[in-house]
Amino acid sequence: MATVSLAAPGRARPRRGAGRWARRGPLLPALLFTIVVTQLPFAATLVISFLNWNALYPNDRGFAAFGNYASVLSDPQLRSSILTTVILTVSVVLVSLVLGLAIALLLDRRFHGRAIVRTMLIAPFLVVPVAAALLWKHALYNPEYGLFNGMLSAVFGHGAAQPDWISDAPMFSVVSSLVWQWTPFMMLILLAGLQSRSPEIIEAARVDGASAFAVFRHITLPHLRQYLELGALLGCIYIVQNFDAVFTITAGGLGTANLPYTIYQTFYQAHDYGRASAAGVIVVIGSMIVATFALRVVSSLLKQEANR
Amino acid sequence: MTQTLSAPADAAPAVPRRPGRATKGRGGAILGVVAWIVGIAFFFPVAWMVFTSLHSEQAAATNPPDVTAPLTGAGYREFFSTNPWPYLINSATASVVSTVLVVVLAMLAGYALAIRPVRKWSDVLFFFLTTKMLPAVAGLLPVYLIAQKIGMLDNIWLMVILYTAMNLPIAVWMMHSFLAEVPVAILEAAALDGARLPTVMRRVILPIASPGIAATALICFIFAWNEMLFARVLTGVVAGTAPVFLTSFVTTQGLFLAKVCAAATAISIPVLVAGFAAQNKLVQGLSLGAVK
Repeated sequence: MATVSLAAPGRARPRRGAGRWARRGPLLPALLFTIVVTQLPFAATLVISFLNWNALYPNDRGFAAFGNYASVLSDPQLRSSILTTVILTVSVVLVSLVLGLAIALLLDRRFHGRAIVRTMLIAPFLVVPVAAALLWKHALYNPEYGLFNGMLSAVFGHGAAQPDWISDAPMFSVVSSLVWQWTPFMMLILLAGLQSRSPEIIEAARVDGASAFAVFRHITLPHLRQYLELGALLGCIYIVQNFDAVFTITAGGLGTANLPYTIYQTFYQAHDYGRASAAGVIVVIGSMIVATFALRVVSSLLKQEANR
Repeated sequence: MTQTLSAPADAAPAVPRRPGRATKGRGGAILGVVAWIVGIAFFFPVAWMVFTSLHSEQAAATNPPDVTAPLTGAGYREFFSTNPWPYLINSATASVVSTVLVVVLAMLAGYALAIRPVRKWSDVLFFFLTTKMLPAVAGLLPVYLIAQKIGMLDNIWLMVILYTAMNLPIAVWMMHSFLAEVPVAILEAAALDGARLPTVMRRVILPIASPGIAATALICFIFAWNEMLFARVLTGVVAGTAPVFLTSFVTTQGLFLAKVCAAATAISIPVLVAGFAAQNKLVQGLSLGAVK
């Protein structure tokens, strides 16, 4: 019996010595790979951020102490790009969560062609982001031959208003295209959440005379909480880092330059390695503050899994 | 009396209602119609992209749109005449090879985190997720400088390595969650039979976890295929990927809408096909395996 329990590979307590390394073995390739490829560059970024290093003036390289940080933090362009990143991320995540929830509720009931409607709704998420951004910029927003203005003139005739969507409302244009891509993502997660509700509890509440709204407010919404949190967390991770839409639709102009775009520009066009790195370190610190809160969310998910 | 009688009568049709409530009466029908309208509205830009791609440049640039214009494959012919194949092959190489690497590494890690867990396995899992929260753009410059030093700039294998690193944390989370589902009893039985790790992996874990592996692979493939920022900075003429090609494609003067729509459609097709074919896997994968 004793040998059986020793040999059993169940989720038992780890043993000491060689056994411990046997357990670690399979983990090491992934862990080492991640550390080398994702963590070492950050360490290098930290070092470079203290250097005076512009690729256009290779002879001026030297120690800059906090000079790059001072110039980055006093740069109005970078400060505004921090604000832009926050606005962009929060508005895209919030709007697509709310829309995604509404659509998930619609799809949680049976109707003719539900599978077709679901398939159609997933499509925006499956268009390559650069392709989606090009589609919105040229085929939809273009003031001369874009679909939006085309529909306006089809409906209202030749005197119809023909707004230049991107110049008139640059932030709105970027946000709309991202909301279009991310709403299906939120919808899929929330729909899975809705379908994992216990039908008995809802039925019992209904039998007890609870209104549809009361069921939603007191049963559905609490149940969906972790799914909403998961959607928000994943949405934030990806939209904070968005580059494709900003780069393609506005090329960072008109107040839409977010942090990834600004760093890209400092590095790619100004060739100022020191400043780009200092900006990168600031972004990392900001992300770590956000991530600390976000990780609490995940930790509650993980606890649930452990209790399963 | 009437109330006690009517309540069960109301509840009776509830039993076969899963999944989703049946729509009853006019209100339900209206909500069904609303769902259709919303679905069509979201799908419409995609349909418009495909529709425009099949028009001549002149017809695509009319305002109001000319929906009766004859269809033509000219946009696609022009796209393929610019020889996008090297870029498409680069994208396919980077996406497929990195996905295979990710799945192998993540399966091994998932084994060490879920089946025979190391100490503090949840800390390790968190470490993987935190790497995903650090914005990749902050590491772009050092990666560029290192690649330049070792002569890996404009080399598709650099992209393979970077995409593997980009997707590995997500894949580890997913594989952990899928492998945690493998019943302990089966593993114990395999161990009693004296099966070694590679055999257990291949014969026991792989068959059970294969739906999860498929979901992981699908997500990793999509993210790698879509990536543009790193590809734009680190590749050029030799190792450029499809999204990089697409952005360089638009700089042409004159009418180009049909051509751009054809290019955008062609480059999105692998992802659209994979995603439509595996809709349920998409949900599993996107929620990092939290939603089964």
